[in-house]
Amino acid sequence: VDRFLFLTVDGLSRGAVYAAFALALVLIWRGTRIVNFAQGVLAVATSYVAYSVAGATGSYWLGFAAALAAGLVLGAVVERLVMRRVAQAPPLNAVIVALGLVLLAQGVLGMVYGTQYLPFPAPFSRVAMTVAGVPLLSRFDLFVFGTVLLVMVGLAVLFTRTATGLRMRAAAFAPEVARLLGVSVGRALTLGWALAALVGALAGMLVIPTGLGLHPTAMDLVFVSAFTAAVVGGLDSPVGAVVGGLAVGLVLSYVGGYAGSASTPVAVLALLVVVLLARPGGLFAGTGARRV
Amino acid sequence: MRRYALTLLAGVAVLAAIWALDPFRDYQIATAAGYLSAAAGLTVLIGQSGQLSLGHGALMAIAAYTVALVQNAFGAHNVSTQWTLVVSLAAGVAAATVSGAVIGVAAARLRGPYLAGLTLVVAVAVPSVGTLAGGVFHGDQGLPVFLPGAPAWLGADFPYERWQAVLALATALLTMVVLVAATGGGFGRAMRAVRDDEVAAALAGVHVARVRVLAFVLSAACAGLGGGVFAVLAQSVSPSAFSLTLSLNLLLAIVVGGLGSLAGAVWGSVLLVLLPWLTDSLARAVSLSPGAQTRLAGNLPLAIFGLLLIIVMIAAPSGVQGLLHRAGRWARGVPRRLARRVDPSSQDASNKDAADQDAATHGAEPDAPLASRS
Repeated sequence: VDRFLFLTVDGLSRGAVYAAFALALVLIWRGTRIVNFAQGVLAVATSYVAYSVAGATGSYWLGFAAALAAGLVLGAVVERLVMRRVAQAPPLNAVIVALGLVLLAQGVLGMVYGTQYLPFPAPFSRVAMTVAGVPLLSRFDLFVFGTVLLVMVGLAVLFTRTATGLRMRAAAFAPEVARLLGVSVGRALTLGWALAALVGALAGMLVIPTGLGLHPTAMDLVFVSAFTAAVVGGLDSPVGAVVGGLAVGLVLSYVGGYAGSASTPVAVLALLVVVLLARPGGLFAGTGARRV
Repeated sequence: MRRYALTLLAGVAVLAAIWALDPFRDYQIATAAGYLSAAAGLTVLIGQSGQLSLGHGALMAIAAYTVALVQNAFGAHNVSTQWTLVVSLAAGVAAATVSGAVIGVAAARLRGPYLAGLTLVVAVAVPSVGTLAGGVFHGDQGLPVFLPGAPAWLGADFPYERWQAVLALATALLTMVVLVAATGGGFGRAMRAVRDDEVAAALAGVHVARVRVLAFVLSAACAGLGGGVFAVLAQSVSPSAFSLTLSLNLLLAIVVGGLGSLAGAVWGSVLLVLLPWLTDSLARAVSLSPGAQTRLAGNLPLAIFGLLLIIVMIAAPSGVQGLLHRAGRWARGVPRRLARRVDPSSQDASNKDAADQDAATHGAEPDAPLASRS
């Protein structure tokens, strides 16, 4: 029972990160109808920025801030320089361009930092505190829950309570009308990508300390899990992304805990296949018509 | 007929060339031929049936492991003749085909990013099975592959690399002929119809789901052949050889060559072999420190591949074949506007005959799924 409890908490903590990452995917999907396959590698790049800054200044939190800032900039640059040019093309083109970004970033990071695993510490202890004799959750888990909750509340407030959020929703929902009403659709899209990359950078900072370390491909499995989470919840639904993230985190934690960590990729595959075949639109999908 | 003749002619020309070249070049040609089998199948799947797969590296891995297991079973019974290769390659293709059918059935119901995501997960998950089942697949170290040497009648000093090149070329040629046949006839027309407009295709009597699954199975079989050849070339198989990067490299090859074009797949496969070799020799020529050299090796080609993929997709989505085609038209002095009306196959030169036929029978523009941005 102790082990089950531990795995549950671990799964929720992992799931919270997947939820944040899935949220970033949903953010871009709703705005541009593009699944950002480069999300994982962008998060790795910002984590490398954090690694360099923290190494140079000796302060973890400066590195943390640098990663978030780098995420904002990187997201905006990717949208302006690359994604905007394929926005009008068939959807396949955007996927291929994003995959090109993956190769490019992995190659560049490998050239600059090498391809060995770099140590990437957590800011807080990852040793679980015991509550009533049961090791339950660590300070780092608390940090993860707090940060992800903050991000979700922040995004919810931004989109439902501010003029900027309204403009972004308008630009995503009806670009033509929004443009006529004076919304700068291009700027809203850039902001959306920047925000998504910021959330992705944050998720990277939260998940890489729990893995083997920093590596150009460190986020591949996280991306795949977060994509599964987003699909489980439905790519269009932010609430679905959060629920899907937690669900995927729990499933992976149980599978990894009871069947060995090497089996988690296979578990992700099985989960995704089941969801796609049973409910392709995700658990939170409304009824919709496919345009022909 | 012209397309078969061209394919066979090119094959025979390369086959003659490997006798003149040294073993290292032979091995490079063999590697390109291995890539070509998989890339040609993938370009038909993506460019002509409109289904994106990022899981072809995994299909290659399945075939390669099958080939290794079958060859080693022969080795354990001291059977060392050439026909064992035919058996094991056939087994590898069969394994990849079955896996492709499973993915294809799931894929037939999926669209766009969902399909890309599913196949991406396949690409990440399958190599981890090699690590997982350590008893059979020897984990991360991988399996050595038991192989018979070059046949004795070729002479004792016949380089083994040259024999590998002959094998790889023969399989690549087989793939190309099969694909030329498959894309030229009614099946190819059905694939392109499904790609361009599913509803219209269904109304015209095309069984959409069946065509999509068949396209996936065909392309999986080609990937299996390529994977099996890779097992024979490397003489060992390991999970790291079939990572996600391999799938992305295949995608790069066909995008640069021109999506949907078999001739384009040839250019792309050659590029996949040449570019890493060029950057390596370049790094050696400017005599960098050993540390910098190991960093560049593998990573510089990766970065260039990524950059190429982005640039080609934005600036010239029809790839090398599209540019060649345009250049050819310009050289013949056909004015642009007229050219577009006369010659609908703006993207796919190797498919010109089939495309013209399409246009004649359907009066529709058959090709260029990704060529033009509106």
